[in-house]
Amino acid sequence: MAVSVDEAVSTSPVQDHTPPARRFGLRGRSVLEVALLAVLAVVMLFPVLWMIETSIKENRDVYAIPAKFFGFTVTLDHFKDVFVASGGGRSTLSVAFLNSVVVAGVSTALATVLGVPAAWAYSRFAVKAKKDQLFFILSTRFMPPVVVVIPIFLMYRQVGLIDSKLGLILIYAAFNVPFTIWMMKGFVDEVPAEYEDAAMLDGYTRLQAFRRFTLPLLLPGIAATAVFALIFSWNEFVFAIFLTSSDSVRTAPPAIAGLIGGTTVDWGLVAASSVVFALPVLVFAYLVRKHLVAGVTLGAVRR
Amino acid sequence: MAGIEVTALHKRYPDGTVAVEHVDLSIGDGELFVMLGPSGCGKTTTLRAIAGLERQTTGDIRIGDTLVNDLPPAERDIAMVFQFYALYPHLRTRDNLAFPLRAEGLPKAEVRERVDEAARLMRLGPLLDRRPHRLSGGEQQRVALARALVRRPRAFLMDEPLTNLDAELRADMRTEIKHLQGELGTTMVYVTHDQVEAMSLGHRIAILNKGRVEQIGTPLEVYDRPASLFCAAFIGSPPMNLIEVEVADGKLRSKGGLVLTPPPGLPRDRHLVAGVRPEALEVTEPGAEGSAPARVVSAEWLGDEIIYVVDHGGEHEVRVRMPPTVRFAADAPVGLRHTGGPPPVYDVSTEELVA
Repeated sequence: MAVSVDEAVSTSPVQDHTPPARRFGLRGRSVLEVALLAVLAVVMLFPVLWMIETSIKENRDVYAIPAKFFGFTVTLDHFKDVFVASGGGRSTLSVAFLNSVVVAGVSTALATVLGVPAAWAYSRFAVKAKKDQLFFILSTRFMPPVVVVIPIFLMYRQVGLIDSKLGLILIYAAFNVPFTIWMMKGFVDEVPAEYEDAAMLDGYTRLQAFRRFTLPLLLPGIAATAVFALIFSWNEFVFAIFLTSSDSVRTAPPAIAGLIGGTTVDWGLVAASSVVFALPVLVFAYLVRKHLVAGVTLGAVRR
Repeated sequence: MAGIEVTALHKRYPDGTVAVEHVDLSIGDGELFVMLGPSGCGKTTTLRAIAGLERQTTGDIRIGDTLVNDLPPAERDIAMVFQFYALYPHLRTRDNLAFPLRAEGLPKAEVRERVDEAARLMRLGPLLDRRPHRLSGGEQQRVALARALVRRPRAFLMDEPLTNLDAELRADMRTEIKHLQGELGTTMVYVTHDQVEAMSLGHRIAILNKGRVEQIGTPLEVYDRPASLFCAAFIGSPPMNLIEVEVADGKLRSKGGLVLTPPPGLPRDRHLVAGVRPEALEVTEPGAEGSAPARVVSAEWLGDEIIYVVDHGGEHEVRVRMPPTVRFAADAPVGLRHTGGPPPVYDVSTEELVA
């Protein structure tokens, strides 16, 4: 794997080795840097902090003018409202979260099951016009999803996939398969093909050799790739809002967006559901942070 | 044990690349047969076809009396050693060795006996309980060899097994493989791009180029009489000097005045090139008897010998191997003389040996 943040940061302190003459200049620069970064951090993080704060404020504090940064009453009522309907029973938001879990989970599983063997095949075999095929697969990721949303909508209406979880699962899987193929091809390339050759000489078929020897070595890569796919499906908004309409099918992003509008907006509920929505992504992003950094610095696919 | 017959082998990949154009090989029972060639010459593909890891497009492969075209690798009764060793990373040495035997379903006692025997042959005793990542490159390759041995196959296939080792270890392992093959008497097909490895190991060498066999012969035959200009330029370090010659007065004469003894049966009216090994030439004092006037361009002092690059007014500069006691300064005027017997002579247009 490429250099991770942890490794990059843990090198010895650089400033100690710089000649004294340059120290002042460096210190001056670093003050400026810290100031700029601080401003940036505030701008970037304030909405997040405000969201978290709003989610635990009582309603009268939420709407207080002037706004209260400190000294508000802490409550978990909004979080309760996310999951429990006002009359008791499950709330529509909790259904939406469950839908999100199902749609993201199944579409990721589907993309992995289809994409990993495909990546293995592209890595191991001489395929006709392999480069062109791989480029075509990659090119499906060039275009923003919103470009195809209308045609997809019309097609789905014809085949009756509108307003169904299956429809969302299929479209998310379609977007995640190319990504999975490209990510996984990099991982498969790094596992020497000789393992499979040796296993075949030892009496296994090609598929058995793949399953018993290559697949276990690929597991970390598969996990990382699946998390990326999961995050994409979990966060996806455009298709979700265009292709679904009923509460029983909606995933969380359009459901949360749907809370805004109407005569009054329950900002506490919006904030609480947003926090609940963000948590899984944060956890998963933390799990694959090394790969995320590699993806940012080198492009998601190595080599 | 068995010989291997490869007949009219042709391999073309789905993407259109032709890896093997046409290869015929007849490998004797108990022979150590080396396939030598530059990368992309088709030697590894041929080996993988023999192993059954690639299916040839056309052509037949026989191991012993069995036509193995449609047999999967495991049923061909062969063992292969790879460049990257391919030891299973999650298994200890002992289990790596036992793995192919267990896959065959041999009884435990026999598995243990064979593993111990292979371990003794390759001196793996202290390494038996380590996993591959705790072994050095040389140790991993010895384990890989032992893993091939335990199966007591009819033939060993070696795919550049020493390429990833450092020079000293490579020489040791070369000796070891040669010794082992002699001891076991098992047919071995050995693929390499290293001519030193090929010359020192092989009973016979096949030189491959662009998917075709250019020459098959013993190391000495291949060295003394390369069958084509390609072989002449590939074998030997420095390689043969290819000197354009004309026949005049019953001698071969180069443009620069070098005189060579002609081999019998030279064809007439053809554009000829003589292949002269660097050790079949001699740098002399200027004007020595039978020498052509020449000039030293540069000299490589290798300790046990000196390679002189000499310009004698011919098409190309020639390389001459001299003992370290004979010293000429760079740019010095010297004589160049041929000392060996009749050199092999090639036709420039066909690039093949004519006499």
